[in-house]
Amino acid sequence: MKASVVVFPGSNCDRDVQVALSNCIGGPVEMAWHGDSELAPTDLIVLPGGFSYGDYLRSGAMSARSPIMREVVARAKQGVAVLGICNGFQILTETGLLPGALLPNAGLKFVCRDVQIRVENSQTPFTSQYEQGAVLRIPVAHHDGQYFAEPETLAALRERDQIAFRYDDDNPNGSVDDIAGIFNDRKTVLGLMPHPERAADGLHGGTDGLGLLQSLVAALS
Amino acid sequence: MKARVHVSLKTGVLDPQGKAIGLTLANLGFTGLGEVRQGKLIELELTEDDAEAARKSVEEMCEKLLANTVIENYAIEFEDD
Repeated sequence: MKASVVVFPGSNCDRDVQVALSNCIGGPVEMAWHGDSELAPTDLIVLPGGFSYGDYLRSGAMSARSPIMREVVARAKQGVAVLGICNGFQILTETGLLPGALLPNAGLKFVCRDVQIRVENSQTPFTSQYEQGAVLRIPVAHHDGQYFAEPETLAALRERDQIAFRYDDDNPNGSVDDIAGIFNDRKTVLGLMPHPERAADGLHGGTDGLGLLQSLVAALS
Repeated sequence: MKARVHVSLKTGVLDPQGKAIGLTLANLGFTGLGEVRQGKLIELELTEDDAEAARKSVEEMCEKLLANTVIENYAIEFEDD
């Protein structure tokens, strides 16, 4: 399985996710620079967490218009798996690959702590290693994590099982319907605010994020 | 000419910053305040002289980058040099 992590100016979880994925795959993970317009053939594209372009204008707004994103959108439309974590989720909504938008947290504070999230759909390439309804402990670290979508969009998300994860009991950012992550219609694109790569090694204090990466390896190898 | 783009959150989109501003104004003793909403103002200098072409161009800028029309509205205003 080949995986690529896109590096934007201001990404800061690119190496973490590279290491975590590489450990799961048992081989190297490519890094791709945002300014390139070409991307080597790959089975998985990861848009990592961070504060690309300093969150100028809106989180993810500039990165979504980076040269490489044209290629990412084209590959996503061909069915290549795309995973957006935190800032990556914001970038995915800004490109339109995922519906809705991410607003500043309702409490106006940067939230950096472990949260409990519930697996809402385990029948996807991103979540097959989890039990349906399993509750995971994974860290969040964001200022703009409040998921918002119009009622019609939300209804469509629910109907098509596109809600990947919900915050369990404790919603850290005011997200509508406690949404922590969503899929596209085909379940080939996932965006989520929590950081699975920060719960992927015993030394992290938890390994609940590993299942997501292992699901991808199982599906794409 | 110059263009001013006003970007504001759509009705129904939670604006915690606007809310905080409203609360602080009330704390300062200002009364008679309803809802407070915060937006953005973006000023653009344009070399285009044709008003119609300029409007079309700025509208495209708004749709492609300046506003996220899922959550935001925009209004454009022009000013001659």
